[in-house]
Amino acid sequence: MKFLSTALLLVFSLFYEVNAQNNNMALVEGGVYLPLYGTEDKLVKVDPFLMDIHPVTNEEFVKFVKENPRWKKSNVKRLFADKSYLNSWTSDTTFTGIKNAPVNNVSWFAAKNYCECQGKRLPTIDEWEYAAMANKDVPDARRIKSYNQYILNWYETPKTFNKPVGSTFKNYYGIYDLHGLVWEWTEDFNSVLISGESRKDVDKDANLFCGSAAIGASDLMNYAAFMRFAFRGSMKARYSSQNLGFRCVSDLKN
Amino acid sequence: MRTTIKKQMVTKMLVGVGVIALLTSCVNDQSDKKYDDAIDIPVNQEMIAELTAPPMVPTPVGKRMAKKLIVDLEIQEREGEMTSGVKYVYWTFGGTVPGSFIRTRVGDEIEFHLKNHPDNKLPHNIDLHSVNGPGGGAESSFVAPGHEKVFSFKVLNPGLYVYHCATAPVGMHIANGMYGLILVEPEGGLPPVDKEYYIMQGDFYTEGKYGERGLQAFDMQKAIDENADYVVFNGHVGAMTGDNAITAEVGETVRLFVGNGGPNLVSSFHVIGEIFDKVYVEGGDLVNENVQTTLIPAGGAAIVEFKVEVPGTFILVDHSIFRAFNKGALGMLKVQGEENEKVFAGEIYDGIYLPEGSVIQSMPTSGGAKKPKEEIKALSFEEKMKFGKDKYMATCVACHQANGQGIPGAFPPLANADYLNDDVTRAIDIVLHGKSGEITVNGKKYNSVMTAQALSDEDVANVLTYVYNSWDNNKTNVTPEMVKAVRNR
Repeated sequence: MKFLSTALLLVFSLFYEVNAQNNNMALVEGGVYLPLYGTEDKLVKVDPFLMDIHPVTNEEFVKFVKENPRWKKSNVKRLFADKSYLNSWTSDTTFTGIKNAPVNNVSWFAAKNYCECQGKRLPTIDEWEYAAMANKDVPDARRIKSYNQYILNWYETPKTFNKPVGSTFKNYYGIYDLHGLVWEWTEDFNSVLISGESRKDVDKDANLFCGSAAIGASDLMNYAAFMRFAFRGSMKARYSSQNLGFRCVSDLKN
Repeated sequence: MRTTIKKQMVTKMLVGVGVIALLTSCVNDQSDKKYDDAIDIPVNQEMIAELTAPPMVPTPVGKRMAKKLIVDLEIQEREGEMTSGVKYVYWTFGGTVPGSFIRTRVGDEIEFHLKNHPDNKLPHNIDLHSVNGPGGGAESSFVAPGHEKVFSFKVLNPGLYVYHCATAPVGMHIANGMYGLILVEPEGGLPPVDKEYYIMQGDFYTEGKYGERGLQAFDMQKAIDENADYVVFNGHVGAMTGDNAITAEVGETVRLFVGNGGPNLVSSFHVIGEIFDKVYVEGGDLVNENVQTTLIPAGGAAIVEFKVEVPGTFILVDHSIFRAFNKGALGMLKVQGEENEKVFAGEIYDGIYLPEGSVIQSMPTSGGAKKPKEEIKALSFEEKMKFGKDKYMATCVACHQANGQGIPGAFPPLANADYLNDDVTRAIDIVLHGKSGEITVNGKKYNSVMTAQALSDEDVANVLTYVYNSWDNNKTNVTPEMVKAVRNR
């Protein structure tokens, strides 16, 4: 009986792995979490969703551009992408760097449209942050020192964008590279107001989504999150950056 | 060769003076007009600001009119060397720590172009303490990687001001080196002096302790605990010592623009063997005279001036003295010229004095519960020499000097030293346990104290091997086993 159940489990997990690998997405079980700018009574609920296990690669994006010529670097409307869009590409369809490295220098508009063309969408900040709390072993590793130090070290390391996807750790949900290669676009990246004057942002008056929680933010986890929020706050939807890529998510289909 | 250079410089200066004279001769009558409120000072003409890397400063403003001054500053995140063998990723304004020096005069309108290099990973901004306006410009200058922000302000208050990055997490951006100085000179400029230099102190927090080799990551926990591994002038250990020392001639007046980036520690700035004739306290209008040590707050600055009367090497320190000799807060001013025995006569008597009960102090050993990370072992003789040299430069050089020559009358030489070459066991013992009392080296008597060093067997072997295989010594190869044997005696 025990043997049978183990075998069953094995087969099942094998099937699950294969299945997950086929569509390259992993299930993120939902739950509640406390975001950086939250206070104890502002827990946020995240519904279950599927997330790409890798960021979108150069190779994948070139294919998209070929199928959707309006996203070619020579065609793109300045309204939707500034001059640095696909900056390092030597032509409309030739990228530099390795083919399975994350695509970078794409605007939010382009990223959003890419996901829509795949029948997917960009993750929300909450979805992204929720999935990215996980380390190898647990869904919320934010209080683990080594995990935070890993993230901070990555933020400090220059030029990590040209590495193959999947080269960092596989997290609890089976998702790779949320930390370690590039920053990633989120659907509502500019919804948390970071004014650029971070010291003002800790003011209790600016009570949008911010809160007094940030004042006592001596936890390492907050520092890592601060940097992500600061980065998002510095971007506009038509901007692009060498250290910024994206991945897609989709809702669970019932 | 030298004379031609000098000649060229003289000609250039003459031309410069001529140009200035020309300019002043045809300037408008504004020069005579006084303004009660700096806001009313009009600007004419545009000028690109001269920016300099430490320890240099741009040309004084002199008598020039207020102008529209264009400052073009690029932010670079780049790897540098904290001390030999130790790498660190610095975040910089203009590629150096501290960032480029900006020199302005009251009434200037600054058009500030802040550029964030596309290779950078993070957004940044700048808060200049010389700005009257929200965030000191931080909010208006928040710039994403690969972008440029332009903002402008008028400088109203004369003084020496710190600028720094104020992007979240602010402490981390400052701790990685994002600070510098902006000087606002009064109308007519500061009184001319012979030499001017730019120095800025900063504290750094690394994963490994002082001197631990390799690329060292920023340690947020140590930063929060304010437990600095490095406290340095101008960004790294040795930025102002040896060949990098600043210089002056006897009789010259030296002006130092001294800032403190922090992020945490205040500086007790002191020049060993000099008294500050003048200190512009906290960089403002108040001038104090005859000051030994001046306090420079984190995020603050001071201008100090002194005339150098005699030749020699003058050591600049943070007089919280362990920072100077154990964490790197040490710089040098080398003064050349004629001796003046009236001012300083040197040693005139050397006698014997033996008090009771002098005890050698010892350094803390790492015998705690926390086991340190395994150290990198030298695999070859060459590596041993390299590691040994790094350790020497980090630990021994302050007293025994870069070429082992020591300091006559104070610290014995290691170069071609009979006392060293006669007995290797004794040498190991001194490094491990310290030494005090009189010894004779190469026929000269020394009577001072060396503290016991908290070094591993490996470190002691490397550093002694380096010493024995340099400067005409007897080429003994000291092994960790030999050190261990002495330690366990």
